[in-house]
Amino acid sequence: MAEIEFHRSPAPDMPHTRPPATLLDLRKGEEAILDRIDLPDDVSLRLMELGFLPGSRVAASFRAPGGDPRVFRVDGTEVALRCETAARLHLRPLPKPDAASAT
Amino acid sequence: MNAASNLPVRAAGEAGPPPSRVVAVVGPPNSGKSTLFNRLTGLRQKVANFPGVTVEQHLGKLRIEDEAELDVIDLPGVYSLNPRSEDERVTLDVLMGRMEGVPRPDTILLILDVTNLGRHLVLAAPVLALGLPTLIVLNMADELERRGGDVQVEELARRLGAPVALISAASGEGYDTVLQFLRGRIGIPRPVELPALNDLPRCREWAARLGAEAKYLPPAPPVWTRRLDGLFLHPVAGPLVFLAVVVAVFQTIFSAAAPLMDLVDRAVGASGDLVGRLLPEGPLRSLVVEGIWGGVGSVLVFLPQILILFLFIGLLEDSGYLARAALIADRTMAKVGLQGKSFIPLLSAYACAVPAIMATRTIENKRDRIATILIAPFMTCSARLPVYTLIIAAFLPERPLLGPLLGTRAAALLGLYVLGFAAAVVTARVLKSSILKSERTPFVLEMPPYRRPTLRQVGLRLFDRSKVFLRRAGTVILAMSILLWGLAHVPTKNGKAPEIADSFAGTIGRTVEPLIEPLGFNWKIGIGLITSLAAREVIVGTLGTIYGIEGDDDGASLQAALRHDLTPAGAVALLVFFAFAMQCMSTIAVVRRETGGWTWPILQFTYMGVLAWVGAFVAFRLVTALLA
Repeated sequence: MAEIEFHRSPAPDMPHTRPPATLLDLRKGEEAILDRIDLPDDVSLRLMELGFLPGSRVAASFRAPGGDPRVFRVDGTEVALRCETAARLHLRPLPKPDAASAT
Repeated sequence: MNAASNLPVRAAGEAGPPPSRVVAVVGPPNSGKSTLFNRLTGLRQKVANFPGVTVEQHLGKLRIEDEAELDVIDLPGVYSLNPRSEDERVTLDVLMGRMEGVPRPDTILLILDVTNLGRHLVLAAPVLALGLPTLIVLNMADELERRGGDVQVEELARRLGAPVALISAASGEGYDTVLQFLRGRIGIPRPVELPALNDLPRCREWAARLGAEAKYLPPAPPVWTRRLDGLFLHPVAGPLVFLAVVVAVFQTIFSAAAPLMDLVDRAVGASGDLVGRLLPEGPLRSLVVEGIWGGVGSVLVFLPQILILFLFIGLLEDSGYLARAALIADRTMAKVGLQGKSFIPLLSAYACAVPAIMATRTIENKRDRIATILIAPFMTCSARLPVYTLIIAAFLPERPLLGPLLGTRAAALLGLYVLGFAAAVVTARVLKSSILKSERTPFVLEMPPYRRPTLRQVGLRLFDRSKVFLRRAGTVILAMSILLWGLAHVPTKNGKAPEIADSFAGTIGRTVEPLIEPLGFNWKIGIGLITSLAAREVIVGTLGTIYGIEGDDDGASLQAALRHDLTPAGAVALLVFFAFAMQCMSTIAVVRRETGGWTWPILQFTYMGVLAWVGAFVAFRLVTALLA
């Protein structure tokens, strides 16, 4: 399986050139709405049980040293996902363009 | 918000359920399930496996005042009752009364984390659908209050159709409500219609609606968890903290344990002398003093060290740091083809490989699971600790390396832990790129908030470990000590016990001597290697018995005696041998059960044995050359 370079991430002070498409594109503290999970059924069900339901808000949180895996805040909890998994969770843009800061 | 006054739907004329006899504790991971279970049963609990499967079941007894005794079953942490993983299947089977040998529960305590009510309440739907009397136990009441959250318990109970208690299992706040419920003193509201169980989004909506109706105000985010994660997951500080924690553990194992070990040592010595004086001179006295006291006693001395190790493991686990450690380790694990989830079983293998191998069932990918099982026994388990510390203390003088922070002995011990870990990593890499190659599986791990470990929880864990250790000392080690004493006393010569070298034990030792001579071991060590096939720490007892029988210089410690029989190079070789060899019957048995056959355990035993011999041989030659 080809190793894909996931660790690059947009510079924190630069505006996104286009809206984040997957969880992987979220910068720390940024929030978006989950649209769909592009993973086999058993994995996506497990993720849904942890709160990754389509339509729910997901925010990027801490990262492991090295940038992978990353921690996401969803439905009142924090869940760590590897970058390769995070890239399969697709986002829809927030209704308001500037409601990015999550506390 | 006063939890104690929150008795929901007080039974005014309405009959409660009949008092319960078998209580099941159900809940998602990190909801405080074990804390509640420990509070219910205290010291009256035991750990066993559910029949036929590898899921651990915790069983306990509870007596409320003068009423009949209740059986309490602690079920594995689950997010749902869809029988997809083994944990969920077992939970469902027990609750449905389909698990053979386990009585069907007549009451359920469903414990949920109230600081995350919306998501946890989802589990209430399938549990309530079972139709058993169920108390919804909302745990972490103190945390909810501290962080400014709120919920109306009576309203929630009415909407759920089940009584609700708001408690703090750690502090005991509101716990009385749970007991009242178990005595049948709390009325049950009328059942309500539940959502379709197989529709997860709808269940989540149902939970959210219930929360809103009960005026659930979620608590503010855990500020301290964020701050601590800022440190523990910091790109630079995080790994440094991790390292500092590890070094502190090893230094404490040597420095803090020493006075306690002295104490045990003196108690063992004094009681041995006393027993020796009470018994008449003869074979019985020899058996008791040299065989039993010499054998079992020399192992007992290591109890303080093992307890300190478990104290640290317990603190790390209960505080929530372990999940962060798994996160930090995931990339390293990924490099050798494993995943962060393998990290937690591997970490518990530092305590003992047996529960670690059972814990691998959380790994969904079968090949990852087998690879983790195969490398788990390389992790330095607590049974190696007595062997390591005995040899290190006998051969390495204690000198400070990093001031008072790290001494030579702790550093040597740390080095052995690294050696075992390195062997595991290399083995994993080889396995995952050959016979156990597989697609990478997703790593999904919930990060629980940091919590203060409670004295009660940690204390119970230490008590439990002491019991296990003492049971082994009382069975395996005792049996081997007696057997060895017997073998060392036959055949008799002119009615007298032979020199140990001429005894059966000595003959056995000398038979294997040619095989181990290249490693710098003589026949006495050979006897120890054979007996330690049962369990690693047995070698300490065996050497204790052998030197006890020899009894050449009175009162000479085991360490001093060992220096007669091993060169420094031989000592290093022995350490390496123990780092690699799979000398543990319990581990072999559990691998056979978990992998469903003899193929993997035989392969593993052979591989580890060959590696141990080769490693010890190389170490012996290397150190001999260096010291020459």
